[in-house]
Amino acid sequence: MKTILSAGLLGLSVAFAGTAVAEPVKIGMITTLSGGGAGLGIDARDGFMLAIEQAGNDEIEVVIEDDARKPELAVQIADKMVQSDKVDLMTGIIWSNLAMAVVPSVTAQDIIYLSVNAGPSALAGAGCSPNYFNVAYQNDNFHEAMGKAANEEFKKTFIMAPNYPAGQDSLTGFKRFYEGDLAGEVYTKLGQTDYAAEIAQIRASGADSVFIFLPGGMGIAFTKQYAQSGVDLPLLGPAFSFSQDVLPAIGDAALGVKNTASWAPDLDNEANKAFVAAFQEAYDRLPSVYAAQAYDTANLILSAAGKASVEDKEAFRAALKEADFESVRGNFRFNTNNHPIQDFYVREVVKVDGTLTNSIVGTAFTDHEDAYASECNM
Amino acid sequence: MSLALFIEQLLNGLQFGVMLFLMAAGLTLIFGVMGLINLAHGSLFMVGAFACASVAAATGSFWLGLAASLAAAAAAGAVIEILVIRRLYDRDHLDQVLATFALILIFSEGTRWVFGSFPLYLDIPALLSGAVHLPGGAQYPVYRLAVIGVGILVAVGLYLLIGRTRLGMRIRAGESDREMIGALGVDIRTLYTLVFALGAALAGLAGAMVGALQSVQVGMGEPVLILAFVVIVIGGIGSIKGALVGSILVGVTDTLGRFLLPAAFGLVMEPSAAAGVGAALASMLIYVVMALILAVRPQGLFSAHA
Amino acid sequence: MSRETAVSLAFLALLLALPFAAQALDEPFYITLATRMAILALAATGLNIALGLGGLVSFGHAAFFGIGGYAAGILATHAFNNEPLLLGLPGTNQMIVMWIVGAAVAGLVALAIGLISLRTSGVYFIMITLAFAQMIYYFAISWPAYGGEDGLSIYVRNAFPGVNTLKPMSFFLICYALLLAALALFWRLRDSRFGAALQAGRQNPVRLAAVGIAPFRIRLVAFVASGMVTAVAGALFADLNRFVSPSMLSWHMSGELIVLIILGGVGRLAGAVAGAMLYVLFEFVLGGMTEHWQLFLGLILLAVVLFARGGLIGLLAGRPRHG
Repeated sequence: MKTILSAGLLGLSVAFAGTAVAEPVKIGMITTLSGGGAGLGIDARDGFMLAIEQAGNDEIEVVIEDDARKPELAVQIADKMVQSDKVDLMTGIIWSNLAMAVVPSVTAQDIIYLSVNAGPSALAGAGCSPNYFNVAYQNDNFHEAMGKAANEEFKKTFIMAPNYPAGQDSLTGFKRFYEGDLAGEVYTKLGQTDYAAEIAQIRASGADSVFIFLPGGMGIAFTKQYAQSGVDLPLLGPAFSFSQDVLPAIGDAALGVKNTASWAPDLDNEANKAFVAAFQEAYDRLPSVYAAQAYDTANLILSAAGKASVEDKEAFRAALKEADFESVRGNFRFNTNNHPIQDFYVREVVKVDGTLTNSIVGTAFTDHEDAYASECNM
Repeated sequence: MSLALFIEQLLNGLQFGVMLFLMAAGLTLIFGVMGLINLAHGSLFMVGAFACASVAAATGSFWLGLAASLAAAAAAGAVIEILVIRRLYDRDHLDQVLATFALILIFSEGTRWVFGSFPLYLDIPALLSGAVHLPGGAQYPVYRLAVIGVGILVAVGLYLLIGRTRLGMRIRAGESDREMIGALGVDIRTLYTLVFALGAALAGLAGAMVGALQSVQVGMGEPVLILAFVVIVIGGIGSIKGALVGSILVGVTDTLGRFLLPAAFGLVMEPSAAAGVGAALASMLIYVVMALILAVRPQGLFSAHA
Repeated sequence: MSRETAVSLAFLALLLALPFAAQALDEPFYITLATRMAILALAATGLNIALGLGGLVSFGHAAFFGIGGYAAGILATHAFNNEPLLLGLPGTNQMIVMWIVGAAVAGLVALAIGLISLRTSGVYFIMITLAFAQMIYYFAISWPAYGGEDGLSIYVRNAFPGVNTLKPMSFFLICYALLLAALALFWRLRDSRFGAALQAGRQNPVRLAAVGIAPFRIRLVAFVASGMVTAVAGALFADLNRFVSPSMLSWHMSGELIVLIILGGVGRLAGAVAGAMLYVLFEFVLGGMTEHWQLFLGLILLAVVLFARGGLIGLLAGRPRHG
């Protein structure tokens, strides 16, 4: 699907003063709008476009296309955006495997890519690039935060993730900061939907808590089955399994689950309050962490476009690196590898006015940086 | 490893197998009677789950949702049989594969158009929530026991339907000689629509029951579909008995494999690597079992058309 | 010249003309699109040997496509990182070596799969080929050495002696030449004694056995050849995308390859070419119009199966001369 939106033409009420832009900027957004996991891409697109519309600047053009979560299709669209649409910047990819397919070749062609979600370790360490800015997180971060936070209460955690690179990175990240013992370490099949066998192992393991990384439908299935199993150990995880896009589908089974992220709807800063209110106003639902990250990405681009011409890549990269924008996540700056240094929070799933959402109950890390920055030479 | 854990895992395998049986029974019935290979069976599973979730959300009753899932899947089945499937009975398997592959695309994207991209909420009814104590100290969710019960009821029901009723007689006759029962004055077109709708209803029922345990989302039928095909190929295509045996075999193999293989590798490797290697092999295990069985018995265990 | 030959030549000429037109209009993306068409046509031509001539409905050809892709990806990675591969052998960035290695590995795998699955027929064959492909798919996802589900990036397009492969046009011409070679192979096979026996085995295995030809061995050879051709296409596909991942091995890919052949025309010389061109065009045009493009793709496919038997070639050139 292709939507070319000249933001100014939408004529929406402009809440913020229109940002001045040195040169017209054309942004290519590849994201997942159909098939499995489309909810994440739709949230990212909506968050991104909200910021663009608020800026009310018709010099900014966004081309949006659907990758259907297929790497080959993402590569094809990227080629088209570079060769045919002649975009200046690219963004939007949700999944690490698609990012690995697109980002190295795009950045090699001197196009700046800004990640709204995926942060594979290969691109944070040896494979880093001056043209690659990750505005979200490095993949290990949420898991590391949970490992750190778990130390406060737990001594023997059972950990589980699907058997694919992001799953292996997840458990590695958790273990990097967790000091207690492991009651068990289990890898499940990617896309598995029945967890009876794993829940039986948890029951028999003598654990005092359970950490899971099961994104999308896998997490919904696990959490519902876990709630019915009679096992009542505390459930921990990164925000992916308990984010706003899946909470309504899990229902009350998610209540009380602790999860970690760099953002929550009730994070206390002015930019975030304005963002959450505007997002609800525009789309009639609560934003997820994906929407928040994409909103930040768009505002980062706007801030850089106000300072430098996108024709001058060197100056534009420097302007991006300053990260001179009001992040909805509060503290935000870039590390040497163009990945964020930011705070990570522990959130708990609560019910506010009949709607399930996440509320901050603690801070896991302040000014946390990823583990791969030292491997990046640029 | 304690005995209680092993028994619990066996029950889990049985429950998984029973769920597969609901899918496989419809597939194998449709193949046995009409000679049709239906890739869109997983879409009917999805239709059942979505119907159940939306009716349960609107009325607040899981049971009404369950009834709706049967009705919606049977209706969807009857409609596609009349519009599309009917034209495929005389075609080769290649055309059937392609046409039903196209139906998957249509169903998945159509469902997403109507219901949006976010998964739906569907919870199990209060009556069946919670867990019971099993002998030996383990606990087991009531809902999963209920699923096993429904599966057994369906198996017995199908056995009686096919073995003891007039409709069943016609189905059996249709399997062995299509022209003859047409000549005897049986309306074969209606019979085929009925059988297809019955298979669809079973898939819809499975979708609704599983939807309450898992996530109701677009594409949820595809992994189950592939497993159901593995089941009917192992059991012998067209044989209900084979589907039952195949389902239980696949369910138990898969569950025990996921649980025992990593443990076995843990004896010789460090735990993290063992978990990875064990899980990798476990995800391939049922396909290995299938290849072994077909290498020895190319027509499956209980072929109806041996 | 028969009508089918004319139609086939027209499709091949059209495919060749497309990138030159794109170059003239300064729209380099359409060269990429044409290259994609040529590669998918090559993969489907491979499948057409088993499916079109032998009547072997393989629902697992993505396995060979992916093996070819991974052969290219793995060899290129080892060459890029300067690490020895196996037994001290180095990686390489030479396309020709990759094609040979990919085809050889795929041939061996096809031999193993064929030995078991060709004992079955009909739906059993469809499903057992699917099962083997799934086995390889899950292995690729969970095997961490070469990226698992994240896949493997090829940072620099691989080399071909005397050609600058970085130029889109040169790479297209390499793919096109290989497609022509595969079509020549398909044509020679179809009209050879071997091809006659293969097609007879599809129509009447009993009679074939009666004249003393064992269909099993003939089918096995056809299945292996078919897998090898598809693997070469996989290696090219990896080079086109500069990336290889398990999604090349998924059952959707197997389904797509079958779709290409049916769209174009089963067993027809240029069936795969016409099908690939049409499919890529659909994907591109529909994908540009609506995010629900898969729904319309499904409707079009359904219409082709129900009302346009014989596919595009059948529509334009009438019924085949060969049975």
